[in-house]
Amino acid sequence: MARAVTRQRKMINTAAAWAVGLLIFFPILWTILTSFKPEAQAIADPPIFLGFDWTLENYSVVMERSNYGRFLWNSIVIAGGSTLLGILIAVPAAWSMAFVPSKRTKDILLWMLSTKMLPAVGVLYPIYLLFIQFGILDSKIGLVIVLMLINLPIIVWMLYTYFREIPGEILEAARMDGATLKEEVLYVLTPMAIPGIASTVLLNVILAWNEAFWTLNLTAAKAAPLTAFIASYSSPEGLFYAKLSAASTMAIAPILILGWFSQKQLVSGLTFGAVK
Amino acid sequence: MATQQSRSAARLMMAPAVVLLLGWMLVPLTMTLYFSFKKYLPLRGGDLGWVGFDNYVRFVTSSSFWPSVMTTLIIVGGVLVITVIFGILLAILLNQPMWGQGVVRILVIAPFFVMPTVSALVWKNMFMDPNFGLLAHLWEFFGATPVEWLSQASLTSIVMIVSWQWLPFATLILLTAIQSLDSEQLEAAEMDGAPATKRFAYITLPHLGRAVTVVILIQTIFLLSIFAEIFVTTGGAFGTKTLTYLIFQRVLESQNVGLGSAGGVYAIILANIVAIFLMRIVGKNLDA
Repeated sequence: MARAVTRQRKMINTAAAWAVGLLIFFPILWTILTSFKPEAQAIADPPIFLGFDWTLENYSVVMERSNYGRFLWNSIVIAGGSTLLGILIAVPAAWSMAFVPSKRTKDILLWMLSTKMLPAVGVLYPIYLLFIQFGILDSKIGLVIVLMLINLPIIVWMLYTYFREIPGEILEAARMDGATLKEEVLYVLTPMAIPGIASTVLLNVILAWNEAFWTLNLTAAKAAPLTAFIASYSSPEGLFYAKLSAASTMAIAPILILGWFSQKQLVSGLTFGAVK
Repeated sequence: MATQQSRSAARLMMAPAVVLLLGWMLVPLTMTLYFSFKKYLPLRGGDLGWVGFDNYVRFVTSSSFWPSVMTTLIIVGGVLVITVIFGILLAILLNQPMWGQGVVRILVIAPFFVMPTVSALVWKNMFMDPNFGLLAHLWEFFGATPVEWLSQASLTSIVMIVSWQWLPFATLILLTAIQSLDSEQLEAAEMDGAPATKRFAYITLPHLGRAVTVVILIQTIFLLSIFAEIFVTTGGAFGTKTLTYLIFQRVLESQNVGLGSAGGVYAIILANIVAIFLMRIVGKNLDA
């Protein structure tokens, strides 16, 4: 039986939760607001919350001055490409581990997880050197490969957890009815696996989009994604709060929206199924 | 039942992922080990021969080693304490009946999706700047002298920024764990007259034990290698040089690859100690 909650208590909960929620969200809100301010008002003392002269000028300045489109394109290619490549490699692996498990499946899964624990800085120079050797320093393809590799364990894990929940009996029933392996995969398994694959894609696009060690260290002018674009604001000249805010808003907006859709998968994905 | 044929097909399907990850692990690791035993200065003479354990000794005896270990411990420890304590409180709060729960959840989770360079720069400039930052205005409003956050209280500032990024993660996982708690148990305890503090200490907290452990282990692994937050705020100055940042400087800034690689090996060993505990928990869960 659900406990009767007094109206008063519910109101107190609501007020407290909203206050805390807005406090945590405030830096993002403030960034978005500042992006619409004229530079002079962005540093006004006392700060202006809403009563400023709303303008879109910062956005157009950032776009013109910094070739924002190219950074955005690099981010899309790197995050999207590494996720897609990772899925292509991980789906068969996760499929076979979920449906044809052997004694070693658990060991392989844990070993894959352990490669994720390798601190990036420990292998920074070798990767740097290899990138120079192969001529892929400051190239999108190089980052696609590296980000695919660092996220591959998470992709395999997430897919494995989803695939394992597909009942094996359905596959057997399809086989009894004379389905070939191809039909089985195409018409039985794929439709059931699509939600799992979709949420895996979502989480990994987010992780790759925000990755800020390899993207900062392995790119320069050509392949730099949004993480590096924003980092270039760390040595500013003149008034720049509003422009920094506009650039930041554009860099985080797509992922904030994707992220809100993926919050349910986030927990099992990032804890490797240890918390559900 | 799996036949011999399907088993070899399965092995074939696993092969690309396994081979790639094996290469990703072994090749750079071997190279790091190799360099760590060499005097290797790419810009000043290149490979100057084998030096045994020299780099390992020099890395730990250099004057910046122990400070960097302390900095790492303070940042990791500080962020863990803040995110776990506030994470538990927030999770309990968010689990109460209220209006607009979904929206509040979204507000709380949002910082996790902000890329590290953005959150570091926004905090650095728009909040922690001693002249124009919001915190400076707030301090002035109460008649206090604004703090020069990133130079005077550099470690506190970094801990604040990183905690803001990771609090959503801790909250989300702990909230998921709280929601799986059997509410009848709590109600029974309440009927028996147990006060709220006791109900929390004897029922809720033990139930959260595993989730807290998972949060601590996963965050530790990520926090040990935070980079962008330091790179764009202080650049390692004002005592914010972590072990990761020190190695980065040795390798890419001063191009002392041998020394940096020895540091890298230490970092790998450190991360593996944490990883072993995490793997045990995850592994147990696989059997269940």
